[in-house]
Amino acid sequence: MRFRWQSIINHGLAIFVSLLMFIPVYLVFVNSLKSKTEAASMGPALPASLNWANFATVIERGKLVIAFGNSVLYAVAATVIGLTVAALAAYVLSRNRTRTNRILYFFIIAGIAMPVNFVALTKVMQLLHLINSQLGIILLYSAFSIPFNVFLIYAFIQTIPRELDEAAIIDGCSPIRLFFSVIFPLLTPVLVTAGVLGLLGIWNEFLVPLYYLNRSTHWPMTLAVYNFFGQFQSDWSLVSADIVLTILPVILIYLYAQRYILAGMTAGSVKG
Amino acid sequence: MRSRTYPLYFASGALILYLLFYVLPSLMGFYYAFTDWNSYSSEVNFVGLENFKTIFSSGAGQNYLLFIRNTVIFTVSTIILKTGIALGLAVLLTQGLRHFSYFHRVIMYLPAVLPMLVVALVFKSILNPATGLLNVTLRNLGLGFLAQRWLVDVHWALPSVIGVDTWRRVGYIMVILIAGLQAIPREYYEAASIDGASGWASFRRITIPLLMPVLVVTTVLNLLYGLKVFDIVFVLTNGGPGRATDTVYTAIFDEFSKGRYGVATALSSLLFVIMIVLGYFVIRLMHREVEE
Repeated sequence: MRFRWQSIINHGLAIFVSLLMFIPVYLVFVNSLKSKTEAASMGPALPASLNWANFATVIERGKLVIAFGNSVLYAVAATVIGLTVAALAAYVLSRNRTRTNRILYFFIIAGIAMPVNFVALTKVMQLLHLINSQLGIILLYSAFSIPFNVFLIYAFIQTIPRELDEAAIIDGCSPIRLFFSVIFPLLTPVLVTAGVLGLLGIWNEFLVPLYYLNRSTHWPMTLAVYNFFGQFQSDWSLVSADIVLTILPVILIYLYAQRYILAGMTAGSVKG
Repeated sequence: MRSRTYPLYFASGALILYLLFYVLPSLMGFYYAFTDWNSYSSEVNFVGLENFKTIFSSGAGQNYLLFIRNTVIFTVSTIILKTGIALGLAVLLTQGLRHFSYFHRVIMYLPAVLPMLVVALVFKSILNPATGLLNVTLRNLGLGFLAQRWLVDVHWALPSVIGVDTWRRVGYIMVILIAGLQAIPREYYEAASIDGASGWASFRRITIPLLMPVLVVTTVLNLLYGLKVFDIVFVLTNGGPGRATDTVYTAIFDEFSKGRYGVATALSSLLFVIMIVLGYFVIRLMHREVEE
């Protein structure tokens, strides 16, 4: 009997916490369909009528089409570049463990803890003519993803048998071909995990564009939403619609790839 | 042979990007920390320890020591709250539920994948003193005396920010702890229960000691995150009311936007030194986890 009560309490508690975690997302979705007056208090009630027009308004006035394109460009390009260079580096550093290479490995993953000096970075960006440029943002995001990617991939490469490399070399494979046609495909699981985490991280990031982009045509979704909020503070229905459009891709990717994400979060923290 | 099969130039792409955008700014930061670099003049003069004096003397309305104090309070409280709550939830989901455990895990992790900006904007409305969902709910439950002017009150602003951040990141810590819990062999618990150990006893004597390495890692992750906290504060309160919730990173951005680059880099460099020391321990920890 005691066992059953315990079980009911446990399930009740879990449902309560899950509700707490879900409420803000729910609020945004219901309020995005309300009229301006209805959404004023951002309440949990269902909308009296469905104002789909909010989305059209937001897309037009918030310049969301451009922002969406920018976000996709930054996230995809930086993730691809970041993963490729990190995989190449992790591969040689993991396979050929000379003293120098071990130091290089630690030097790179030190970046996981290192805070970026954004102010001095301005100077570097100016010198390279990368300020207010999309290429600059892409390169920055690629660079920021390198330490964590190298860390994840380095650990994974140890599980790929070295005999494969030797066989390929004996067959006359060049190092580059060995990497891209033999090793790279085998890295798929870790690349997917690191890639999904990277994509979401960049999609959600806010500080880099805030520092280095002041041209609104280059803004990603987050910055567009922030500025939209500044203009339409009083209209929570529009702000909610704007937020829904920003988080919808994130939620879809999350639900689709949650296994990889949950796996990636634990890699490196828990052995095995 | 080895270096021909695994040529070092493979690592050059990663190294160049890393050196240019991570290492170089940090090194330059150390130089500029001792100068009066600013946006008003193109001249950069060496001023010695002037910027650090400004930071530690905390006068003229710019209370840097307060920002450092806020950052430390934020970091320590979020570490305690997130670890405690996440541990409770992790045990609940792995040992207390017979169904839907994975479902709850997916929902509880959801806040961690949402943009911080969005989380902060939504909580800005939820915590609105007059119309916000939190106070309205409290009043409807007859608990109106608990309602506060959350983000507007000088005393409640920092705790509110801490609360929102805990809400967002507790699921992330929980997921890591769950993986740690699942790595503990079931037999230990079975043996303990045969010996008549209570649930609490096996939690204290089995779960906590065996989970310790993972708890260390989550603490370090929370620590590194807490010291660098920016977006949640920036959007929720922008350091206000007054400067009651300003942290190191928001203060750096503030200095940056005012064009006082010298002080901003000095603050950055200070944080850099602290974090490199801490980071050294993190890497040793994480490395041990992987190698074992």
